[in-house]
Amino acid sequence: MSSHSSSPEPSYIEYQGKYKGIFAWILSTDHKRIGMLYLYSIMTFFIIGAVLGLLMKFELIAPGKTVMEPQTYNAFFTLHGILMIFAVVIPGLPAVFGNFLLPIMIGAKDVAFPRLNLFSWYVYVLGIILVVISQFAGEGPPDTGWTFYAPYSFRTAGNMLPAVLGAFVLGFSSILTGLNFIVTMHRMRAPGMGWFKMPLFPWTLYGTAWIQLLATPVVGVTLLMVVAERTLNIGFFDPSLGGDPILYQHLFWIYSHPAVYIMILPAMGAISEIIPTFSRKSIFGYKFMVASTLAIAFVGYFVWGHHMFTSGMSGTALYTFSILTFLVAIPSAIKVFNWISTMHKGSIDMQTPFYWAMAFIFVFMVGGFTGLVLGSLAANVHLHNTHFVVAHFHFIVFGGTGFAFFAAMHYWFPKIYGRMYDTRWANTGLILFFIGFITLYMPMFYLGYMGMPRRYYDYDEVFHGGNIISSMGAWVLIAGVAVIIINLFRSAKHGPKAVADPWGGKTLEWTVPSPPPVENFEEIPTVTKGPYDYSQD
Amino acid sequence: METHRDDTASKIGMWLFLLTEMLLFGGLFIVYSIYRYKNQEAFHQAAHELDVVVGTVNTAILLISSATVAMSISAIQLKNKKFALFLLGTTIVLGLVFLVNKYFEWGIKIQHHIYPGSEVMAQRGQGDILFFGLYYFMTGLHALHIIIGLVFIAVVFARIWNDKISHDNFALHENAGLYWHLVDLIWIFLFPLFYLIT
Repeated sequence: MSSHSSSPEPSYIEYQGKYKGIFAWILSTDHKRIGMLYLYSIMTFFIIGAVLGLLMKFELIAPGKTVMEPQTYNAFFTLHGILMIFAVVIPGLPAVFGNFLLPIMIGAKDVAFPRLNLFSWYVYVLGIILVVISQFAGEGPPDTGWTFYAPYSFRTAGNMLPAVLGAFVLGFSSILTGLNFIVTMHRMRAPGMGWFKMPLFPWTLYGTAWIQLLATPVVGVTLLMVVAERTLNIGFFDPSLGGDPILYQHLFWIYSHPAVYIMILPAMGAISEIIPTFSRKSIFGYKFMVASTLAIAFVGYFVWGHHMFTSGMSGTALYTFSILTFLVAIPSAIKVFNWISTMHKGSIDMQTPFYWAMAFIFVFMVGGFTGLVLGSLAANVHLHNTHFVVAHFHFIVFGGTGFAFFAAMHYWFPKIYGRMYDTRWANTGLILFFIGFITLYMPMFYLGYMGMPRRYYDYDEVFHGGNIISSMGAWVLIAGVAVIIINLFRSAKHGPKAVADPWGGKTLEWTVPSPPPVENFEEIPTVTKGPYDYSQD
Repeated sequence: METHRDDTASKIGMWLFLLTEMLLFGGLFIVYSIYRYKNQEAFHQAAHELDVVVGTVNTAILLISSATVAMSISAIQLKNKKFALFLLGTTIVLGLVFLVNKYFEWGIKIQHHIYPGSEVMAQRGQGDILFFGLYYFMTGLHALHIIIGLVFIAVVFARIWNDKISHDNFALHENAGLYWHLVDLIWIFLFPLFYLIT
């Protein structure tokens, strides 16, 4: 290591290892390069999924057939769901920013199992390949929606097998990432960094990792049962063979509801990093933030039944799931309260990541409150399977996780690429994105409330007005996405060089050069202060 | 990059992975208990059709193989490479015998047209269909784990042979042992559920 002392270590981007060209990336076990592999894969599928969504909105701009056949529409919303859920938002923040930043934020040189980390990316790619195969092989693309509900998922002629296996394999990748993160945080925190000196983004990754670990196997085995059902005719969920389709729904949502918290917890973590930095103040109620993270992860396991209020459950089960659903809102509200309190009397620096964080809080609150509407039994019976539900979960999943993803992207961009983006274009993109988002999804609340069902390619004339507004919102939203991505792409190449700490952040990733050197730290730091210590400034 | 070794980390990682395996089978145990509750009489009758003797022999085989794999770890710690290899070899042989037994057990059932989707099954009740569906699926998934475990142990065998695993570097060996114990443990639950509770 002595040769490095004279010249600074090369950054992870410039580093020349054993392999050349693209192999230097796809065979690298450097957590930063793996994070980038995930970033580019996820952005690709995000764009594909968004285009599918745009086409669906084209179809819905007028009643009757507009641009596609009903069966095509079914295939589109299925692929849109599978890609966006399993390939974009579930891996989203943990696999991209978790991989890139977790080791640096806790003062480590890499994750605990670097090779396993690379392996999990390959597993992810394999899952994607299976999903792609499902589109082009066999009797036609899957048409069940991303939930693969029984018994239709083994009755339909659509090519379900690769899609279901693909979801299973993607889940496996998610398990491996979670496992790696838990061990990393237990074993590799820098000296002096006790659990309660750890920044909040790693904390949320910790909660997320446990959900990935404990919930994913259940959906894994459930999907395997669907595979067995289709290939071997076993009949776990087939009523004609004695099986119970409702049981499928239970097993599916035992994973897929906690999966919502896999999506949202790291998003909250990223916001918890951004707000103290731009308020020049320590986070308000650090321990409450940690406790609420763990509370969300824990209570999140026990609310799956609220997806099934109209499926047939006992009264007791209905009340219990409804109460628990309301309970999970409390830790989320604590977080919002603490974010706002952090800003109180802070010295706020209005920068792009901060605007994104503000937009996040707004859409997340709309999503959260409409979640309570759906969580109450009486309202749910009316709103179940309508566009209200679609609007609600897009506000949470796209509004929550998506906004936080772009917030994190604009916050850590100078660290990742060592360059700064054009702020004017970034803000223009945000404004378009925000206006488009609200115009797209707000009318859906109204449409759903008036009774427009989800997943229908046609609708009654009374819903026409709302759908026109909503479809036009989609165009603005796509324009916003285009501005944001083009700006980031250009800036990654041509932007002005960024310093190590452009925002005045206090967590460890801002103490290393931008972009970080291969080994992150020349010497592992010793931590003596809390993560957001602004008392010296 | 300098290599970094942390045996505790790899052991924690293995335990976490075992947790996911337990949840994988946990989902099936839930399905089993619900369908047993709904079809008590049929499950009761169908369980009589399974061969308790083969099941018991296989249980004994797995328990002994778990003991041999544990002993092989002690042997490595005591620097007795030969004995460790012998014990691991025994484990692999026992695992293979388990699979052979399973093969004949399944084979006889399939000869009697007792398998999902067969005409004989279609004429029987829904409880029977579910029982045998679960039987094939759960023991099949378990057999798959036996195969994975055997591959894992074979890798450890080769690494001991090449002196890559030794008395001061046996984390992988211990992890293989842990995995094999889990496979054993799951069988300990499968055996009474399918063969004994009649």
